[in-house]
Amino acid sequence: MSAPPILSVRGLRTTFATRHGMVTAVDGVDLEVLPGECLGVVGESGCGKSVTFASVMGLVKPPGRIAGGSIRFLDQELTTLDEARFRALRGRDMAMTMQDALTALNPAYTVADQIMEVVLEHDASLDGSARQRRAQARARALEMMDLVGIPSAAKRLDDYPHQFSGGMRQRIMIAIALACRPRLLIADEPTTALDVTIQAQVLDLISTLRTELGMSVVLITHDLAVVAEHCDRVVVMYAGQVVETAPTRALIDAPEHPYTRGLLASIPRLSALDAPLDPIDGRVPDLVDLPPGCRFRERCTVAEARCTSEVPMVPLAGERAVRCVLAEGGR
Amino acid sequence: MSTSAITAAPALVEMRGLTRHYDSRRGLWGRLTGNPGVLVQAVNGVDLDIRRGETVGLIGESGCGKSTLGRVAIRLHEPTAGSVRFDGTDLATLSPLELKRLRRRLQIIFQDPYASLNPRKSVLELLATPLRLHALASGPELADRVGAMLQAVGLGPEHLRRYPHQFSGGQRQRIGIARALMLEPDFVVCDEPVSALDVSVQAQIIGLLGRLKRELGLTYLFISHDIAVIGHVSDRIAVMYLGEIVEEGPRDAVLGDPRHPYTQSLLASVPRIEGTPGGARRQRLQGDLPSPVAPPPGCKFHPRCPVAVARCAREAPATTAVRPGHRVRCHLVT
Amino acid sequence: MSAVPAAARPARSPVLENLAAFAASKLSLTCAVLVLGCVVLAIAAPLVAPHDPNEADLFRRLQPPAWMEGGEIAYLLGCDALGRDIASRIIYGARISIFIGAAVILVATTIGVLAGLAAGYLRGWVDVAISRLVDILLGFPYLIFAIALIAMTGPGLQNIILALAYKEWVIPCRVVRGETLAARELEYVEAARALGGSSRYIMWREILPNILSPVIVVSTVRMAHVIILEASLSFLGLGVQPPTASWGSMVADGRAFMLDAWWVSTFPGLAILVLVLSINVVSQGLRDAFDPRMRR
Repeated sequence: MSAPPILSVRGLRTTFATRHGMVTAVDGVDLEVLPGECLGVVGESGCGKSVTFASVMGLVKPPGRIAGGSIRFLDQELTTLDEARFRALRGRDMAMTMQDALTALNPAYTVADQIMEVVLEHDASLDGSARQRRAQARARALEMMDLVGIPSAAKRLDDYPHQFSGGMRQRIMIAIALACRPRLLIADEPTTALDVTIQAQVLDLISTLRTELGMSVVLITHDLAVVAEHCDRVVVMYAGQVVETAPTRALIDAPEHPYTRGLLASIPRLSALDAPLDPIDGRVPDLVDLPPGCRFRERCTVAEARCTSEVPMVPLAGERAVRCVLAEGGR
Repeated sequence: MSTSAITAAPALVEMRGLTRHYDSRRGLWGRLTGNPGVLVQAVNGVDLDIRRGETVGLIGESGCGKSTLGRVAIRLHEPTAGSVRFDGTDLATLSPLELKRLRRRLQIIFQDPYASLNPRKSVLELLATPLRLHALASGPELADRVGAMLQAVGLGPEHLRRYPHQFSGGQRQRIGIARALMLEPDFVVCDEPVSALDVSVQAQIIGLLGRLKRELGLTYLFISHDIAVIGHVSDRIAVMYLGEIVEEGPRDAVLGDPRHPYTQSLLASVPRIEGTPGGARRQRLQGDLPSPVAPPPGCKFHPRCPVAVARCAREAPATTAVRPGHRVRCHLVT
Repeated sequence: MSAVPAAARPARSPVLENLAAFAASKLSLTCAVLVLGCVVLAIAAPLVAPHDPNEADLFRRLQPPAWMEGGEIAYLLGCDALGRDIASRIIYGARISIFIGAAVILVATTIGVLAGLAAGYLRGWVDVAISRLVDILLGFPYLIFAIALIAMTGPGLQNIILALAYKEWVIPCRVVRGETLAARELEYVEAARALGGSSRYIMWREILPNILSPVIVVSTVRMAHVIILEASLSFLGLGVQPPTASWGSMVADGRAFMLDAWWVSTFPGLAILVLVLSINVVSQGLRDAFDPRMRR
């Protein structure tokens, strides 16, 4: 690997105490985000992809807690960071956008207020009296609204979130996240709630801004097609673990893990309308009491006896790795 | 029931000028209190035929009126204007009792597997309800039919006594499908049946719906916002924009040779797994879906249309047939 | 389908889950036992009361409670101005409070549920008529409304119940109407219509079971409220007529002797406080138990 990663997660374990027992939502996740890259994190609901990055952002609240592992961001260890220092980091060096922009934005404040709040909180380059600082922050808010492509931004600065459409709200959330030019943007299902024509606009916007601002982007999504179009590398998660990681093209052309293969075979493709879909049978195991060994074993079509023992990530050629005993390197 | 002309195979469902407006205008009192309400034109003059045994895919973005059309088509909502003929019978002329009898043949599968099952009922109660309502079976026969249907959708007798909250989304959707099929309907409206599901489960349900259609000889109106899903399940496709059908035709014609600019941009916007990162940026649609409360004059798509001309803002386009069975509502298509 | 641990959990109906959640709170459970205790005392009054509640003994006029000088263990809480045993009168008074509270709530909830379901599900003129009536009734102050009704009809158990229920039904009615409005838009209600269910079937079998929880919660809160109202009416002399014991009239009886014989008013007042407080805690517990968001 060339440049050192800006985010490096090692052996992360995040657990939640529930009525039915301890749930390990994230169990030994390793991943890296390189400077300037777009990393796709793919998986179905409950696979732990959102919890992983909530842990990175320090947003896991009781009954959840980080039970082990390390998260290093720009040479700082985040798992032991106190809340005040974390708060200074969030919004300035790393930022996150949520799936549902309507509930993530505060309905009682104008969008200008919400962008300015982040700028005033974090930006050390503002100077002068309180009034001058506010004026500078407001100018920044306008600049951000322009940047994310909100039409007649100057007129709409003092509008409230409910006055915008879903796509525009997602753009505003991106504007807030990017107001302090973070090094890392974590976009959690940024387009799931949006229509396909609006989805395309928002994803194009994120890609463009990534190049313009030179930041890294983590795109959390359940849609492999979105990853195919926008990400350099992919991490596939299943039942709280990373099962495969590879450059996007390589993963889609030659998936190594049976789960990745199943996922790809489940997706209806416009280019092969009459090809039958080949779903993965069964369902995701309950995280409360997982069987030992490979977690995909019970749904896997090629499972063997040795799949019942613990399976490590196996590094492969071409900067890939896979958690499967049947993969090339494991043979 | 004297049909004037016999053209091709008669359609099982014929919609003519089907219109549904939601009027919350309050009259004088509303205007005095400053809350005049609005008129939402959810569905506007839709003509659509669905032949026996085929699947018509209805695609459109949120708020385009596709779900409303599905509900009006089986008279779950009353149309404001226009008519629906089902198997030769005009649904509007039916008495409540006749409508109830016909309900057995018209069913609907819902999007949300959480909201569509009554949380207080066990699977047995959920599936027995349709048979009880129509007094079709009781006692051991009822139990047999419930058990058989449960098996047909891939669940087992051990699930009978459980409640909806004890199932995963995919399993709940199976229960919803079983409930709709208990009455052995002919025509089923599938309203976004896989949109709330994960990809692998989505493929399971698409497979199940296809199998049941073949085995039971069903006819589907399949509503979805996902073009790839629609492409996989449909024989014919109708594209809806702001309450109107803008393009309709055989699947391969609509997806392979889309003629309406909206269909074209919709197809251009879909992320494709074959796509390459940072690859050629296709033509993307600008702007947002206008509100159905104040639709633009003329062609409703013209404010977002990349090829609109002056005429589009003035006149609403009529429907043009570009090839047999492929109709487009656009001034620029001749 | 693979064997899934989630499915291995016992299949329990949502009602049982709610009851289990309720019982998990010690405070709720204690208060529920207190309320039940009051009910048992009221029903078994002739068996548990040490004396006849109406037996006057002028030698025991304003006799203090047992632990004070001049008190007797047989007259635990002392005696009132006519020398009647306060403990026995409180036990008998519980009958009036609980009976009136339960009867009013039963009548009001029945009417309110029917009216609310009809207004919320059928909409149209039915909704307009019922909602206007509710608005009008809400415009009257409760107690004054009840006083006026009793002034017209005269006091008496039945009249008190009617006077309170006349207006009380609007509370469950509004709750039920709101819940029904929300429920009728849910897909399972649409599914029932698509299956050919009649309006009556949908209201009773699909919607009602799902909105019972808020109705039960509101009914318990309102029961506490009605008990206070009944006590207020009795206090004003418009409740059950003497010599029948009721907590409100007992408090009123003691007013004149607050300084010399505080126990005459204080113990029935305490009884009202304990019962009303317990019912409120129970209703809070029910609300928490019924609302899955409050559960951990």
